[in-house]
Amino acid sequence: MISIFQNYGGELLTGLGQTLLCSIIALIFALIIGSAFAIMETMPNKFARVVARVYIEVFRNIPLLVITMFFYVVIPMYIVKISGFASGTVGLTLYSSAFIAETVRSGIQSVDPGQMEGARSTGLSYWQSMRYIILPQAFRYVIPPLGNQFINLVKNSSVLAFVAGFDLMYQANVIASDSLQSMSTYMCVGVLYLILTLPLSYYMRHLEKKLA
Amino acid sequence: MRKILSKVGLVVALLIMVVSLGACSSTSGSKRDVLKDDKQSNTITWGVKADTKLFGLMDVKDNQIKGFEVDLAKAMTKEILGKKGKARFIQVTSQTRMPLLANGNIDAIMATMTITPQRAEQVDFSRSYFDAGQAILVKDGSPIKNVRDLNRKGAVVLGVVGSNSVQNIKKFAPKARVLQLSDYSQALTALKSGQGDALTTDNGILYGMSIENPGYSVVGGTFTKEPYGIATAKGQRPFHNAINHALTKVENSGEYNKLIYKWFHNVKGFDMKGAER
Repeated sequence: MISIFQNYGGELLTGLGQTLLCSIIALIFALIIGSAFAIMETMPNKFARVVARVYIEVFRNIPLLVITMFFYVVIPMYIVKISGFASGTVGLTLYSSAFIAETVRSGIQSVDPGQMEGARSTGLSYWQSMRYIILPQAFRYVIPPLGNQFINLVKNSSVLAFVAGFDLMYQANVIASDSLQSMSTYMCVGVLYLILTLPLSYYMRHLEKKLA
Repeated sequence: MRKILSKVGLVVALLIMVVSLGACSSTSGSKRDVLKDDKQSNTITWGVKADTKLFGLMDVKDNQIKGFEVDLAKAMTKEILGKKGKARFIQVTSQTRMPLLANGNIDAIMATMTITPQRAEQVDFSRSYFDAGQAILVKDGSPIKNVRDLNRKGAVVLGVVGSNSVQNIKKFAPKARVLQLSDYSQALTALKSGQGDALTTDNGILYGMSIENPGYSVVGGTFTKEPYGIATAKGQRPFHNAINHALTKVENSGEYNKLIYKWFHNVKGFDMKGAER
């Protein structure tokens, strides 16, 4: 295992960087998109609810690999040329956002409806009550399941390997076939994924303790 | 303080688990005699490609893998085990074939595998059973006519993870970017959707692709020599010798040439005379 780190340090480092970059981009956008659709799903407007429902059911129920391959193969053929890294990141963002939307929605719905009624009766608008009363409580409720989604997101970034996105998993396949030591290579990569996900899971736990 | 200690302890425990798992993998070499076991079960298990036209391709209609390598393996099985010997086929990829051989899931690899000194440290190779060479496949009308045209900034070459063609292309076109995909159909899909300028691998495989996909052709001829060998696990001398012996017999009986004709006679640009033995 140590020889893998010595001989292929550069490749592993690039892989770690690409995985981290993809995860951060996907995490930020998935959180924004997911929250937006979660709010839409709980809105009184029926049209908004239907749109959100369709979006979530489509991206939640198609395998990540299929979404990613769609962006890697179909989009460049007809619309715009995008690289493997970009298509993987877009696929991961859409896929994760659907799960995050469901998580945040459950948070919003677990806030007592009386809160909304109370906020509205003090003269706040619907959006103001959402922003200042409902959402802060909702996010506090869903920190633990949201942490799960974040960790899943980091691990799911390995989909980049299938579209030559130069991430950790891609480098692992390259190194394993070059060094012919598959077992120790994948062990190394497992350790590197742990280095990415363990701090994340500790941080989410810390956040949970602080806020709950 | 105790909390921190318990956290550190957890991480250390995880690491120890991972490292010890890694350590035990290197000692799990099998001590069995493959030839003896195969004679007893009257079956040889071959690892073959299932995504490679002409050599080994899964026929979705009847779920059988068909190709030159599959037919050659069947003929050699009959030589080794006798007329009633059975050949079993397990599909492998460039990535999975070495681990599968090492853990004994397959007895031998016949999967368009080039004999290289680096690989020969891990497995035993038979004599070459097919002499391929690396070439490139491009879309018709592409400005790229040979491998030298790829040696410029911005050129993207597609290959398959684990094949040594991706190592070679770095020597012949060092300025090009190489994208390694998981298998040949993936690489071809990427070429078709414009993710790369050319697809590189052995000519035999590329010919198969150009037959299936009009509008794509092999250009520039071969620029390396890629002798394919049958790989067996280290320390299986009797089985290794039996394979070499069977290969000679199949070649001498004329069956080899029949198989070459069967699979390659209608391939445009294929050198039949050069391939016959």
